[in-house]
Amino acid sequence: MRVIEQINASLHGFMAGDAGAHVIGEDILDPYGGAFKATKGLSTAFPDRVLTSPISEAAIVGVATGMALKGKPVCVEIMFGDFITLCTDQLINHMSKLPWVYDEQIAVPVVVRAPMGGKRGYGATHSQSLEKHFCGVPGLTVVAVSQFSDIERIYADAFAAKTPHLIIENKLSYARRIEARDIAPHADPDLVLVTYGGSTEVCVEAAARLADEEELRANVIEVTTLSPFDRADLAQRIGDCPAVLSVEEGADGWGFGAEVARVLVDMPARVFATVTGPAHPIPSSKSWETALLPNGDRVVGAAIDLLLGRRQ
Amino acid sequence: MKHFAELLMRGAADEHVGDYMLMSLIRQFETRLLDLFGQGKLAGTTHTCIGQEANAIAVMSVIDKTIDTIWSNHRCHGHFLAYCGDAHGLFAEILGRASGVCGGRGGSQHLAHRNFFSSGIQGGLVPLAVGTALADRDKGAISAVFLGDGTMGEGSVYEGLNLASLWDCPVLFVVEDNGIAQTTPRALGVAGRIADRAQPFGIRSASIASVDLDALKPVVRDAADYVRSQRRPFWLHIETVRLRAHSKSDDTRPDAELAALQARDCLPLLRERIGDEAERLDGEVAAYLDACFDAAMQDAEPCA
Repeated sequence: MRVIEQINASLHGFMAGDAGAHVIGEDILDPYGGAFKATKGLSTAFPDRVLTSPISEAAIVGVATGMALKGKPVCVEIMFGDFITLCTDQLINHMSKLPWVYDEQIAVPVVVRAPMGGKRGYGATHSQSLEKHFCGVPGLTVVAVSQFSDIERIYADAFAAKTPHLIIENKLSYARRIEARDIAPHADPDLVLVTYGGSTEVCVEAAARLADEEELRANVIEVTTLSPFDRADLAQRIGDCPAVLSVEEGADGWGFGAEVARVLVDMPARVFATVTGPAHPIPSSKSWETALLPNGDRVVGAAIDLLLGRRQ
Repeated sequence: MKHFAELLMRGAADEHVGDYMLMSLIRQFETRLLDLFGQGKLAGTTHTCIGQEANAIAVMSVIDKTIDTIWSNHRCHGHFLAYCGDAHGLFAEILGRASGVCGGRGGSQHLAHRNFFSSGIQGGLVPLAVGTALADRDKGAISAVFLGDGTMGEGSVYEGLNLASLWDCPVLFVVEDNGIAQTTPRALGVAGRIADRAQPFGIRSASIASVDLDALKPVVRDAADYVRSQRRPFWLHIETVRLRAHSKSDDTRPDAELAALQARDCLPLLRERIGDEAERLDGEVAAYLDACFDAAMQDAEPCA
């Protein structure tokens, strides 16, 4: 099964499991079924509860919040994750904040899905990884998935939680087959690659090359709950591995790598480095974009530099 | 402590008496707040609706509290008191006490009680009002959302209008146009006519320039009846007056302008209709507020 098929199945399960459940998004009706087909078949199966919306990201997140606090859970699709900036106020000041501010008199069961990531040549406004801007927002759970994640369980948990969730999907991973295999197989690894979402497959590829070309044992640690960040869990998964490389596609600074470093501060000393996206917008040129974003070559190179004590 | 509803019951046979007691409650409540701020006894900020009380009372008179939902804004005390009369819960909330309606978490601008909600982000609640209206449409419920002339610059309002009309959501939009957004006069902040804003979305509208509760009530009643029976949105523009500062003491309007506005105060209009009884009713309300404020002052802080 491919990632997009599992997400689609999870959405069908969400709708079938609650007669009040709704899905709202842009261009999500059949036969189109959404820009990435995540919502395919939903409007045919549940015609009254699948609402195709105008291009109004702020309004649909706000409407979802209003419906949800009246007991009707909603899953919102943001067509491209880049557009999530348009609903920032609704996510931060309304959906995530009001349940606490109102002393838990309301619950807001809303799951917002947003496909992020580049490497498709879509340019600066359709390729970003903006999730870090929504991590650390009180009341909002931010999750990221890849073909290596337990997508079925993660989506079921998000819908069952009845609290505001933001699920970061990855456009490239939609077409990948789900791989239920252990990507951290070594009991005593030379290094760990800590990552999430679309960068996970880059790290898995890099780990294989490090084994083949350098005889290095690299485990990949995929973090699926980005916020709130479970530092104790990551510390336990890193264990006493002497080298940690953090890999993310978002722009450099104030990101995932900093959160990983915060975990390491409380642990015995070891070497650490990060691989990130560029500190400028993503170019439309596909070869330039591919070179800038984390890729196998960059991760392998950074891993070797880290282990040899070289700073990039 | 007695609830304000018990006080109101005594005047319930006479609509004017009940309305006057509510208006007196809101006016006295907020006047006390400003006094307490002046004495340095309250922390934070507040936004009084002094001069606009008739709007709150008119709207709440057509609300079915068992099913309808109210969305208010930063200037929410009048809406809240007209909705439920709980002066103790409100004052305790403003004081930041655990006994406040939101346990001291929300404060002056962020209230929640049954189906009443307010928040301090301009226009941000409009899509939520569309959502609650949609969710409860089949119950015959409506959602009302209070806006101001200052909210007209927010994009969420127009996204919400579009969706409310497209999806047949029973939302009563109430624009309390007091002519000044904090310190910015309407002429510097609003192009065109506020009364005309919703018409291009296919939304029926009405406009009234009045602070007279007796004049407002039938217009609000017609608007709410339309929303409930047709399950369609309605845009109600009320041209009103803000007699005091935006917040505590930030009024930049010239004295002559403020004096002219005093002539449009909604309270004396209603007071004239009550006659001599008004003074006694004011006293009853004052005694109730004394009890509420004294009790809230003694209540525990949430973090203590």
